[in-house]
Amino acid sequence: MILLDRVTKKYVRSEGTALDRISLHVEPKEFVIVIGQSGAGKTTLLRLLTREERPTSGKIIIGSIDYDKLKDKDIPLLRRKIGVVFQDFKLLPNKTVYENVAFALEIVGVSNREIRHTVPKVLNIVNLKGKEDRMPRQLSGGERQRVAIARAIVRQPRILIADEPTGNLDPKHAWDVIKVLEKINRYGTTVLLTTHNRDIVDKLKRRVVVIQGGKVTSDRASAGYKH
Amino acid sequence: MIMERRLITLWRIIHTGIVNFMRNVTLAVAAIAVMVVTLTIILFSLITNATFENTIAQITNKISISAYLEDTTTEAQAKVLVAQLKKQPSVHRVQYLNKDAALKAYIAQNKNNQNLITAAATVGNPIPATIQIYPSDLNEIQHIKDILTTPENTKLQTPGSPSYNGDRKQAIDNITHATNVLRKIGVVTVIVFAIICALIIFNTIQMAIFNRRDEITIMRLLGAGTGYIRGPFVVESAIYGLLSAVFSILIINSAFLASSNALQASSLGLLDINYASQYFDAHFFQLLTLQIAIGIIIGTASSVIATHRYLKFKTK
Repeated sequence: MILLDRVTKKYVRSEGTALDRISLHVEPKEFVIVIGQSGAGKTTLLRLLTREERPTSGKIIIGSIDYDKLKDKDIPLLRRKIGVVFQDFKLLPNKTVYENVAFALEIVGVSNREIRHTVPKVLNIVNLKGKEDRMPRQLSGGERQRVAIARAIVRQPRILIADEPTGNLDPKHAWDVIKVLEKINRYGTTVLLTTHNRDIVDKLKRRVVVIQGGKVTSDRASAGYKH
Repeated sequence: MIMERRLITLWRIIHTGIVNFMRNVTLAVAAIAVMVVTLTIILFSLITNATFENTIAQITNKISISAYLEDTTTEAQAKVLVAQLKKQPSVHRVQYLNKDAALKAYIAQNKNNQNLITAAATVGNPIPATIQIYPSDLNEIQHIKDILTTPENTKLQTPGSPSYNGDRKQAIDNITHATNVLRKIGVVTVIVFAIICALIIFNTIQMAIFNRRDEITIMRLLGAGTGYIRGPFVVESAIYGLLSAVFSILIINSAFLASSNALQASSLGLLDINYASQYFDAHFFQLLTLQIAIGIIIGTASSVIATHRYLKFKTK
């Protein structure tokens, strides 16, 4: 469950408000698409959820974690519970595909045997079998994004946040990525996806939250949406 | 279970540090090159300082004060004075020569001057019993002189004793002043170089980590703990320090080999290369350990400080 209650974010150096009293409630296992123009506040919203930023006011709760009570030392623990797919992939450049995915497990102390068992399975899900030893610079944009997804899902998080994961991809690869997200959602993971790709929104038939000027202007199910 | 997990984490940190070191060869070579130069400067200044100290010690050993005793001074009185001098911390060594021993020493010193020896034999033994005092530090000569010139000790000596007078006094004072200056220069040089080198190494590692700050941010976003992110950087920096220390020792070793084989030089101005080379050989493992310790300590401390800023969480 994700709950945002009248969350406002103002940046000290810029005029205006990035997010203005946003309220949002996402149920477990839901697939929610957040859309809006560039600069509407989508990325700020996700940065608040990963605690890269603190809200100026308002309340954020994910699962049983109340962000107001979250101490700095507990931030890594929060992030381990959320899977995040970044628009710019954020892969570790000095690690291979395998190592990038394994890293997510290593930091939580998973044994080497379990890592050797799990990582190939997840790489198989995102169709990256055979590319385990490649470095990120040797991959295409779509492949990098799938590595990022594999890394985000390998810990089987309850919540997956995907920030414009198709933003840098051609339509074919974009759909590959969306299919993977749908598959993960079917396994029971709550997915929060931001995009400005209208085509994806229309075809997915999911709940759509529209953000404009830092405010939620619409929150409705797209045609054919079933939860 | 917890212990096992900690060991796995420690192993992963070390392993990642080694792998990162090998995958960032260009950065590693640049960092090590700078560290080698700076550690070599530290090592060179340490050896130079030790060599200067040796030169000072050699000069100090050659300087002594002679107290010439009146013939009326008994051996018992002389021994009391010797005992009094030996108690002084400023006195390194005291040698007492009675009249016969003093004559023998005089003849030995002047064995090529037959006229002097004949003259000495003609008039009996004109050489007074002598106490030779070797100071532990040239700065303490005045203190020794003060003891010898107390009224009761002056009575035991011939006029003009002790011999720390006139031109000799001026020469000894000049040497004392020069050695004091050399000592201070040596210590200040080592400290200044050490500080400069620490700053250079710190900046080098800071630059290396600055180039990889995005990695730190990504690892933070994925939920990695501070130790798990910082650890491999610390291991990498420790490897830089270790290799740099070994290379700097090899460079100095090659320099000594070159100076003895190719240049056939035994000294370079004030620097006694022979002694420096002997000192290096005799203290090889201590110097290697010290260099490794300096390299690793400065390297790891720099990486801890340099990663700190990228590991902070936003508080506003």
